[in-house]
Amino acid sequence: MSAIRIDQLRKTYDGVHVVDGVDLEIAPGEFFGLLGPNGAGKTTTLRMLLGMTPIDGGRVEVLGLPMPEGERAVRERLGIVPQFDTLDPDFTVIENMRTYAAYFGLSGPSVEARIDHLLEQVNLNDKRGARIDALSGGMKRRLTLARALINEPEVVVLDEPTTGLDPQARHHLWRQLRALRASGVTLVLTTHYMEEAQELCDRIAIIDHGRIIACDAPSRLIAEHIEPWVLTVGGAGAGDVLQRELGAKDRAHQVADTWLVYTTEPDRLRERLRALGHEPTLREADLEDVFLKLTGHELRD
Amino acid sequence: MAHPAMPLLPRPSLRFVAVWRRNALVWRKLIVPSMLGNFGEPILYLLAFGYGFGSLVGDLDGMRYMVFIASGIICSSAMFTASFEGMYSAYTRMAEQNTWLGMLATPLTLDDIVFAEAVWAATKGLISAITILVVASLLGLVSDARALLALPVIFLAAFTFGALALVITALARSYDFFLYYFTLAVTPMLLLSGVFFPLTELPGWVQGLALALPLAHVLEIVRPLMTGAWPDAWLPHLAVITAYGVGAIILATFLIRRRLLR
Repeated sequence: MSAIRIDQLRKTYDGVHVVDGVDLEIAPGEFFGLLGPNGAGKTTTLRMLLGMTPIDGGRVEVLGLPMPEGERAVRERLGIVPQFDTLDPDFTVIENMRTYAAYFGLSGPSVEARIDHLLEQVNLNDKRGARIDALSGGMKRRLTLARALINEPEVVVLDEPTTGLDPQARHHLWRQLRALRASGVTLVLTTHYMEEAQELCDRIAIIDHGRIIACDAPSRLIAEHIEPWVLTVGGAGAGDVLQRELGAKDRAHQVADTWLVYTTEPDRLRERLRALGHEPTLREADLEDVFLKLTGHELRD
Repeated sequence: MAHPAMPLLPRPSLRFVAVWRRNALVWRKLIVPSMLGNFGEPILYLLAFGYGFGSLVGDLDGMRYMVFIASGIICSSAMFTASFEGMYSAYTRMAEQNTWLGMLATPLTLDDIVFAEAVWAATKGLISAITILVVASLLGLVSDARALLALPVIFLAAFTFGALALVITALARSYDFFLYYFTLAVTPMLLLSGVFFPLTELPGWVQGLALALPLAHVLEIVRPLMTGAWPDAWLPHLAVITAYGVGAIILATFLIRRRLLR
């Protein structure tokens, strides 16, 4: 049985098809990433998955139960880390944990032990009595994660969990997520950080205009959708050189005053650019290149 | 595939108690300023009007003015306390602090949350009524133990006022919006329902208007109970309060679902 199964999911707001026929199947224990530009339908898909948005068409099953009919039973076995902070500012760290546990109907010594363990895991044990507004952004995220694990969830859904965090805090959170993955928990993540998705996820779906436009392991997405090398060159005259020297299979793309050349054979072009006094840099293509190729370079708001 | 529409009627579960408890825990932390607002002000009204007006007015409906007004202040204070809780405090939890959003990540549903908020507003209304009742009985303004029977009625009434306030909260885009409801509903009820003077002093059509709103019916039951009598025709009055309460909780749940679950 799949942990999550979505068939032909649809949602329309004011005539706009925000989610337009999404199919997804996520296996138990999988770390799954959902990527897409702003407004692509990621959050709406997640909300329907969690029973927070009525479904206009299609089917959603979480842990074998249909949504939204099974929402109570599903959310008992789910951990949710929302995009926006929903910690309770009227309570301290430990009170937040206890109150949240009570929402699941959990209380007593075993819950206290679990709270101790979770606060230990996210390095917040010495902040037990602190008020929420005294915590840093990274601490709040860690507390939100600890809170989401109070019910020992089988599936954890994280909506942009590392947005706004510094690199240290982000790496700390990654370690937590890897540990969860190792313990057999199914994880669903949305993020705007491609290296994060590439680093963590077993499989990634790229969603745009409410449809899934690619879905595979990160390495396979790169192998299938884009040339293996990216040559970057800037400065005046680079464009003219490229116009003359670009190979038949090469693709060039201008971002501000820098050119990106996607190619399978970078050597010849690199030599030509160097010979003409340019300083090209060469790197391997990554998930971000795939993402930009599939969803385009224009700004989204 | 078509999906069944959300059921029209709210279906809260017993899990609502966890939400009620959360609000009670926060209240306990802020008990001093909270009690001062819910208790201090009505006591001031009671003393100022009771002593100040009392000597001018003499007896009303065969009782000392202070006795008359004590039951009025208890009812209006329960109305104010529950209305404030259902508007300013609930709105803060819904729109400013995302408290409800956090709850929706757990097995709680909006039906549980909205119901819990109304019960919590009723609880705060009851707390304020109890404190005033204690003071009133110390001042010798309460006739006999029948006054205790007023408390469940006040709890029901405060639930109704809390649920009505939640309807307004569901429609509010900012705190300023609540002034409409206070000016157009709460203040007229306070002035026209028999809190400060008997309803019968008013022109017929104003009496009709007052009886179309819940507070006058609360007073028709509570005032006799506090002054040593049995209310006449308590059932129709109770029915009006209950009808408002049931209607308001259904409407509030529907509107808040529409606002948040979209």
